[in-house]
Amino acid sequence: MSVQFVATLGMMGLWLALLLNVAPVMVWVERRGSAYIQDRLGPNRVGPLGLFQALADAAKFLFKEDVTPTEVDKPLYLLGPMLAVVPALTTFVVIPIGPTVEIGGQQIDLVVAPVETGVLLLLALSSLGVYSLVMAGYGSNNKYSLMGSVRAAAQMISYELALTLSVVAVLMPVASLQLTDVVAYQQGTWLGFIPRWNVFPQPIGFLVFVIAAFAETNRLPFDLPEAESELVAGYHTEYSSMKFALFFMGEYMAMATLSALAATLYLGGWSLPGVEFPESPLGAALLGFAILTAKIVAFMVFFVWIRWTFPRFRFDQLLRLGWKVLLPLAIANLVGVAALTIAGVL
Amino acid sequence: MELLVFGVFALLAVLSAIVVVSHGNPVYSVMSLVLTLVSLAVLFVLLGAPFLAALLVLVYTGAILVLFLFVLMLLNVGRESAGAESRVMKGVVGVGAVAFAAIVASLSVSLGGVDLAPLTPELVAVKPLARALFSTYLLPFEIVGVLLLAAVIAATVLARRPERPTEGSRS
Repeated sequence: MSVQFVATLGMMGLWLALLLNVAPVMVWVERRGSAYIQDRLGPNRVGPLGLFQALADAAKFLFKEDVTPTEVDKPLYLLGPMLAVVPALTTFVVIPIGPTVEIGGQQIDLVVAPVETGVLLLLALSSLGVYSLVMAGYGSNNKYSLMGSVRAAAQMISYELALTLSVVAVLMPVASLQLTDVVAYQQGTWLGFIPRWNVFPQPIGFLVFVIAAFAETNRLPFDLPEAESELVAGYHTEYSSMKFALFFMGEYMAMATLSALAATLYLGGWSLPGVEFPESPLGAALLGFAILTAKIVAFMVFFVWIRWTFPRFRFDQLLRLGWKVLLPLAIANLVGVAALTIAGVL
Repeated sequence: MELLVFGVFALLAVLSAIVVVSHGNPVYSVMSLVLTLVSLAVLFVLLGAPFLAALLVLVYTGAILVLFLFVLMLLNVGRESAGAESRVMKGVVGVGAVAFAAIVASLSVSLGGVDLAPLTPELVAVKPLARALFSTYLLPFEIVGVLLLAAVIAATVLARRPERPTEGSRS
């Protein structure tokens, strides 16, 4: 086996460990966090601080009866929850987790798939996620589910444009589609203490990206596809047991991937000013991944914080915000960044 | 290995394309079209054009087909069985398929002498492609942009509700 192959396997192992554990851990953070924000206690009985509550939940999901309603459209009904986790389990491949290291005389980038298309591949794969919601909602043969899917489809299209345009603005000064180059571009500091992160020269793009990321992952205040006060549970109304849990896992994994993308595009990715990376490949990979994970966790906590702070939008407000505010803002940001790039400021 | 991947995905593309035109439920047709396009994207990657593959998935399956599904679900035409006109439609589709095959055949005969060089990675990588689009083919590129803009404006005008006649405009 070549060195490259072993390194790739190792990096995929790191990512899988993060992504498969993100759902149970985040459920705990979400429930305890919401309790803290609402001045309650939250689940605190199972294990220290209620940490094992996630294990209890997982066991419950596995042993619950798996009900399949008789009038569903079987193939689509079954494909829906499966596809929910597929994009989330593929998109991480282009996100770098550390610097270029030398293993056995070979220069190896610490990224699973160092493809030229880079971030475009990530956006393409994550855009397939909406089919899971659409299949589930249509296949359930339930009007609440169908309404949820219709909303999901409209919402995804509306916010994907703004998201992509804000990503393009980041890529322009870098002049590359690869996320390794984006991280390399953000090394060093201004005035010795401000990191050269893209969030400082491109605050508008960052704002647009974060808002669009909330909409793309169907999180409050944009969780219209599953608005429980109007649609029971939206597209996953008819799902029970592990199928429901798959939607849950897919949502949290998508949040983790978008957080990783946000950290890489705007917050310097795996790097931190002042942190020297060790020579050994394993040490560099682990340190880079730890820094990246810390940034991902910060974003996820922000997701939870926002969820329990803002009320849900109305659907027409959601579409108006997407098309009439975010999209023009993203285009203005793009033009501004292009001008600054040509002028040589960025 | 490469041949195996090509075989699997080419077969998948053809089979799912047949499902697209033959299935009675339009939602299933769109889903099959998704499969067709993803298979084509894999073929693009095999040809050494990952950029085109990513764009194909991003633009067509990620946006345009979602829009198709949105309209289908909004009108809820999904579960209607094919009506009486379906026999006529099948005839039309058949004639169209024969005509298309004839065009392709005549093209391949008339271009028989032309040397059709395969695409090389130097042609379809991101930078050369962008350079060609924005220098050599700038005018066609801009014309396509204007054409699409005109289509958007036309669609908006058509979709708008007719304004109520104001006082005095009709006797």
